[in-house]
Amino acid sequence: MSTLRYAVSDSSTMLRRQFLHMLRYPSMSLFIVGIPIVFLLLFVYVFGGTLGNGIGGTGDGRAAYVNYVTPGVVLLTVVGAATATAVSVAMDMTEGIIARFRTMAIFRPSILTGHVIGSMVTTLLGMALVIGVALLIGFRPTANVVEWFAVAGVLTLLVLAVTWLSVALGLAAKGAESASNMPMPLMLLPFLGSGFVPTESMPTWLRWFAEYQPFTPIIETLRGLLMGTPIGDSAWQTVGWCVGGTVVCFFWSRSLFNKRSDR
Amino acid sequence: MISPPPMAITATGLRKSYGDQVVLDGIDLRVAEGTIFALLGPNGAGKTTAVQILSTLIRAEAGQLEVAGHDLTREPDAVRAAIGVTGQFAAVDNFLTGEENLRLMANLHHLDRAEGKRQAAGLLEQFDLVDAARKPAATYSGGMRRRLDLAMGLVGQPRIIFLDEPTTGLDPRSRRTMWQIIRELVAGGVTIFLTTQYLEEADQLADRIALLDHGKLVAEGTADELKRMVPGGHVSLRFGDPWALDTAARVLDTLSRDDDELLLSVRNDGRVKSLRDLLDRLDANAVEVDELSIHTPDLDDVFLALTGTESER
Repeated sequence: MSTLRYAVSDSSTMLRRQFLHMLRYPSMSLFIVGIPIVFLLLFVYVFGGTLGNGIGGTGDGRAAYVNYVTPGVVLLTVVGAATATAVSVAMDMTEGIIARFRTMAIFRPSILTGHVIGSMVTTLLGMALVIGVALLIGFRPTANVVEWFAVAGVLTLLVLAVTWLSVALGLAAKGAESASNMPMPLMLLPFLGSGFVPTESMPTWLRWFAEYQPFTPIIETLRGLLMGTPIGDSAWQTVGWCVGGTVVCFFWSRSLFNKRSDR
Repeated sequence: MISPPPMAITATGLRKSYGDQVVLDGIDLRVAEGTIFALLGPNGAGKTTAVQILSTLIRAEAGQLEVAGHDLTREPDAVRAAIGVTGQFAAVDNFLTGEENLRLMANLHHLDRAEGKRQAAGLLEQFDLVDAARKPAATYSGGMRRRLDLAMGLVGQPRIIFLDEPTTGLDPRSRRTMWQIIRELVAGGVTIFLTTQYLEEADQLADRIALLDHGKLVAEGTADELKRMVPGGHVSLRFGDPWALDTAARVLDTLSRDDDELLLSVRNDGRVKSLRDLLDRLDANAVEVDELSIHTPDLDDVFLALTGTESER
């Protein structure tokens, strides 16, 4: 028997299961896309006029602000996605189905990879949708084809890291309710960084946090790729945070998963 | 010469504890192929833990364990390929339909598409789930979920099936349906390891019963053997005339007599030797017996005598 064949076959079975879940329970997926779109409209149409002038854009403040805020709003998408992933992992763990999977001769990591790949696909689609809405309401990026590919690459790295983080949170949670609260602090990170206003406008103590937290370099990299602003060290910091986060959260998840299997 | 039947499950010195609480305290189990074995015990006796260990879900602390001819620690995947498990709390995927649940199992058993479809259709038919096949499992009744759960454990045609309290919480009719299904499975040659807290269930189904209490096996044998282990058995004798009744009452260890019906109840454990003694004594006194019936205690008596706790009914 070939382990590799089982790995591929079992992972794709688990992935199909995840997609069926999303079809049956679409409110979770709508939540993933709904929140960032609401924030986008809110920030552009309610605060956009004033904030756009405040960040030093020339001419129409609102038009300048769409361009400024879109990268941050796209990142908000991962928060909803992280919540959905954590909840679905926690629900799986509390129901007997995982125990059944464990008594079968399957490629064990497929239980988690099904969640990870399924969640990554929906999150990236959600992000594409958010960018689409932004384009409709006046987002005008200057990126060329190569830069767009780089944007897709950065987003994929970020989603990979956040998905493994949320798998770990889902495994660590006692149940679906607590799992749904755990990724919430992530929601604040784009706000406490350069997502909505430049960090220079913040008080010193907050600015210190804002500049060193992972979302700021990621936002700066995306903004640079999309709008042509300077990127500097942000690109390396982004790759570092995402790869490091993925590795740490992967091993954390694996150890939680193995621990929960032997109680 | 007949060789002994091959064993489907053997456990020697199985131990498991959580912290300083000992759940299984060195138990020995032997289950012959093609039989139903019932592990009977009150809540918290360690039944589920035993199933979880034997089905590779959790590791034992100590013990020689073999399932389907494979060592549990060295070849867990070979064991997994041979077993089907049905848990106490139905382990079905609520978002998927009954059919999708079965097809999911077929895929994880690496059956090809046509075979998976064929087995799923056959099981839906066998478990009376055809009408509900395309509805999500979340909408199923308790009995339907349990049937789906069992059906999922049968995909891939396992040789050994673990049933952890398969009828707990079911209404009497669903319970009888489940019993019928279990009997049909054994008729097909599979081995069943059943846990239950219902004496009647063990009595009805099992070839051999082990009584588990506080992590220890307190008795093991057929239902009849277990019933003979406790005192309280008696023999009823019916006589043709009052003289015979009087004489018998004098020479035997009488528990009660009924002069109108000419019935006498005497203490006797029901063994062949004790019965022979009883009949010899009646012969010696020239007493004729019209009818004789042996009453062994039921499993309730056994349970009470051996565990000191009331069983749940």
